[in-house]
Amino acid sequence: MSFISVFDVLGPNMVGPSSSHTAGAVAIANVAHKLLAPPLKKVDFTLYGSFAKTYHGHGTDRALLGGIMGFSTDDLCIRDSFRIANERGLAFSFTPNETETDIHPNTVDIRMENADGQVMTVRGESLGGGKMHIVRINGVHVDFSGEYASVVVVQQDKPGVVAHITKVLSDRNVNIAFMRLFREGKGDTAYSIIESDGILPDGIPEQLKTNPHIHDVMIVQP
Amino acid sequence: MDFKNANELLALCRQEGCPISEIMRRRECILGETTPDTVKRRMAKALSIMRSSATIPLENPGRSMGGLIGGEAKHLAAHAGKKKDICGPVLQKAITYAMAVLEVNASMGLIVAAPTAGSSGVVPGLLLALQEHYHISDDRLLDGLFNAGAIGYLAMRNATVAGAVGGCQAEVGVAAAMAASAAVELMGGTPEECLGAASTVLMNMLGLVCDPVGGLVEYPCQNRNAAGVANALVAAEIALSGIRQLIPFDEMLAVMYQVGRHIPAELRETALGGCAVTPSACQRCGHCG
Repeated sequence: MSFISVFDVLGPNMVGPSSSHTAGAVAIANVAHKLLAPPLKKVDFTLYGSFAKTYHGHGTDRALLGGIMGFSTDDLCIRDSFRIANERGLAFSFTPNETETDIHPNTVDIRMENADGQVMTVRGESLGGGKMHIVRINGVHVDFSGEYASVVVVQQDKPGVVAHITKVLSDRNVNIAFMRLFREGKGDTAYSIIESDGILPDGIPEQLKTNPHIHDVMIVQP
Repeated sequence: MDFKNANELLALCRQEGCPISEIMRRRECILGETTPDTVKRRMAKALSIMRSSATIPLENPGRSMGGLIGGEAKHLAAHAGKKKDICGPVLQKAITYAMAVLEVNASMGLIVAAPTAGSSGVVPGLLLALQEHYHISDDRLLDGLFNAGAIGYLAMRNATVAGAVGGCQAEVGVAAAMAASAAVELMGGTPEECLGAASTVLMNMLGLVCDPVGGLVEYPCQNRNAAGVANALVAAEIALSGIRQLIPFDEMLAVMYQVGRHIPAELRETALGGCAVTPSACQRCGHCG
């Protein structure tokens, strides 16, 4: 069982009204925005379950949009995120999907497109109390919370890649808390997600990318 | 320096000769791998947000996102201003502040979840009212928050604080148990009396359902935060008078969790039962079902 801090009880400090529908939504989108190189040009949110039913009254839409612009759960700018997104030239849309029911009740799919035309999709589930986890990246099932400093590696499913990743991290004295590997299929694109203690040092993406089978590396600091 | 239940917490308090707040503070430093200064600064920040959210609506009421609430705290303050209040000063202020926090929360203002957003008015409501009436220092009020944190931690660890899992008794019920325990410590009670008060609250709020109109954290949530404060004050008074409880906190927490899981899904935050499906609620929110 992970440590329950007194600030998990008296916290998060958040813009209301709901820890699951507002703070959790900010947290999901905030992690998602760290996964694609800026600047973001367009974002589409598909809302499921209770998110789809009550997103307006809970400000889930403003929360998601705020999170995707990098706001934290206690940033009052969340209230004005529509206006701020318009000023920044960020196009956005919200689509409730109430037909898909075999899904966690507070789920969102986020489709992001940056100025270079790169597209990424991320699915997040809000678990209550402001906690959430990311469960899909580009359709591949993954699982991480963004609470730890995380390295997300997009790689080809080939022998030796994971050894390279752990060697680089070990050389930089990074202590791995959790490490998981997810793949589309044997030999296909795979995702390594490493959650570590403390803050990650600079330069890790560059060192990891020296392996030709590593396509991309994203760093998500808490 | 960790404890898995109230029994172990009390043993630690005896062993170390210190109150619940101090045990919780030390636990945070050790397990959170941080310093007393950092922990104090973070808690002081939480207190400052709590104070703003409890007082802003007295001057500047805000309409909620869903349009179901707004302006209640100002009404309560005006009522007290005319000396027409019947609760007595501590409870009157406490319910005013508690309802104010929910008003801020529902209008997308800044609050501290305690332990959840929907129950965020109870702990600040009671603590700030006690502070004013008894001239308690801010440092001392932080002790109250650490004490409250210990109770909330036990509820998160051994039961639930999610309305969707355990009903309102798990949200406002736990918040009130936290507030009661904190109040007892602030007013000079022992750790045993703190947990006695927390146990009493869970007993008195046992079975309370979560039935928000329109599925929104507005109504009856705001009223129930006021009721939570009252329950906390009643339980603290009982404990401070030296009355002992037959059922200890750990057992009451287990019972709360068990009862919560027996509450039908319609009455656990789904807005499919209770207040949410009354004719007046359905007429008001329009898009039910």
